[in-house]
Amino acid sequence: MPEPVIETRSLRKAFGSNVAVGDLSLSVGRGEVFGFLGPNGAGKTTSLKLLLGLIEPTAGSGTVLGARLGERRARERVGFLPEHFRFHDCLTGRELLRVHGRLFGLRGAALETRIDRLLARVDLTDAADRQIKTYSKGMMQRAGLAQALINEPHVVFLDEPTSGLDPLGRVLVRSVIDELRERGTTVFLNSHLLGEVEATCDRVVFFKRGRVVGELALDAASPVLEIELKVDPADSGVLEGLAAFGAKAPEAHDGAVRMQLANEQVVPDIARWLVGRGVAIYELKSRRKSLEEWFIEVMGEDQRPG
Amino acid sequence: MRRILTIAQLTFLEARRRKIVPAVLGCGALFLLVYGVALHFVAAKLLEENAPFLQRTAVYQIITLAGLYVANFLTIAVAVLLPVDTLSGEISSGVMQTVASKPLHRAEIVLGKWLAFLAMSAAYFAFTAGGVLLILRVTADHVQPHMPVALSLMFLGAILMMSISLAGGARLSTVSNAIVAFAFYGIAFIGGWIEQIGTMTASHSARNIGTVISLVSPVDSLWRRAAVEMSPGLTGLQFSPFGASNVPSNAMIVWAVAFTAVALALAVQAFRRRPL
Repeated sequence: MPEPVIETRSLRKAFGSNVAVGDLSLSVGRGEVFGFLGPNGAGKTTSLKLLLGLIEPTAGSGTVLGARLGERRARERVGFLPEHFRFHDCLTGRELLRVHGRLFGLRGAALETRIDRLLARVDLTDAADRQIKTYSKGMMQRAGLAQALINEPHVVFLDEPTSGLDPLGRVLVRSVIDELRERGTTVFLNSHLLGEVEATCDRVVFFKRGRVVGELALDAASPVLEIELKVDPADSGVLEGLAAFGAKAPEAHDGAVRMQLANEQVVPDIARWLVGRGVAIYELKSRRKSLEEWFIEVMGEDQRPG
Repeated sequence: MRRILTIAQLTFLEARRRKIVPAVLGCGALFLLVYGVALHFVAAKLLEENAPFLQRTAVYQIITLAGLYVANFLTIAVAVLLPVDTLSGEISSGVMQTVASKPLHRAEIVLGKWLAFLAMSAAYFAFTAGGVLLILRVTADHVQPHMPVALSLMFLGAILMMSISLAGGARLSTVSNAIVAFAFYGIAFIGGWIEQIGTMTASHSARNIGTVISLVSPVDSLWRRAAVEMSPGLTGLQFSPFGASNVPSNAMIVWAVAFTAVALALAVQAFRRRPL
């Protein structure tokens, strides 16, 4: 993993007897686009607030960009787009960015140039001098994204950045995240839209009832490939033989054999092995297991809709 | 300091855009209009009757006290209401998350807002109290003596109440904070009367209870001391809102300054620890 820029050890937050975050231990590397997934009420937003120093942990510790959580230094190179972005809506979009830039200590022509560039990037140049209260939900979200980038951050926390955006707005956010990745900026993404996460993140962790319960790399080498075979015969000898190719033991259901593979290079090997053994192949389909399927599997049967 | 000033500028801008400034100035202007009209007729009557100088001066002093009493009340109300939801409202709406995630100390947020409201309250006090004095000068050719000390004491009362309102907003919801802040003013008002009645009736217990209440909320003591400073030669007003049979001491003024500082420190401390 690249040099870690976010590290937490056994971070815990309880509000009285209610434990919102039981044990948050994770490490996010520089330049990584990191997905933080979990059902409603899992403690994701509380975890984000802990990382940003908006609330104090009950126990545990952590660092962001080498500074302890809550330290002013930790926030100097951090950008944050909260869920349901709200700001003083009597300001114009340009004034909003100016105020936030000044809170980062930015001034003068350099700040104004940056504001113009960001307004153009989030497609708000035309609405820059209108009060935010006249903006649509999507425009507000894009204005929020621009304020999260005003200090050219090294780490950006995005809490549901595409909520309220139409498809074009989502494409825009995805392209901004891609640009951040190219610049080496770390993106900490909290989203329920698993398709978005799958398309943008390098790695995700699954968070359930205040704890990390799983982790998944989303690169090409990740064990997310699944094949389905219709062969004859599909006896125990064939299944045992197929097991040697899979990441998990194959399962036979309704005349079909399903198995997970460590990588797609073994698909031709499987076909050759079956033909060599004289097994008739009627169908061989490979597909990647979707993040949604992983999510449901990791969260377990006991998880109810939030 | 730059970040404090940025927060102060933001607070000003918000007050202007939300039309708080014209609303407050409109109410103040209405009061000054009513006051001016009333004074015009009083002055005309005194002139018509060719009242002696001492009588006219006494009448104008009482009218000055009455006008400044209202100006004092309005300024305190404005000083309480301006910041009443500035912290609690921004916390509950989520606005504060975006601001507090920036590299500034939470104390800078509180101090920036405090400075902005201090300036706004000062401007309003200058408008209302200054308006009263100007109307007296123009309409009745009356100049009230000893004003700098009296006005300073009155404004100290407004700063004190403003600091209490800001501190309450760091811990309480907007409605609870407004109730608590006005309760502080109400307690001070009652405490002041108990203290004066206790002094007049030589009831040490009542006087001591009044003094203790004034220590809990010294804003009424500041007004009474200001009233005495303004009209040292005026008698017969002890049992009224415009005087004091038991004049609040210098120690009470020092206590009020300390109280304001403690309220501001509590605002910073409460907001520093507040989960956002």
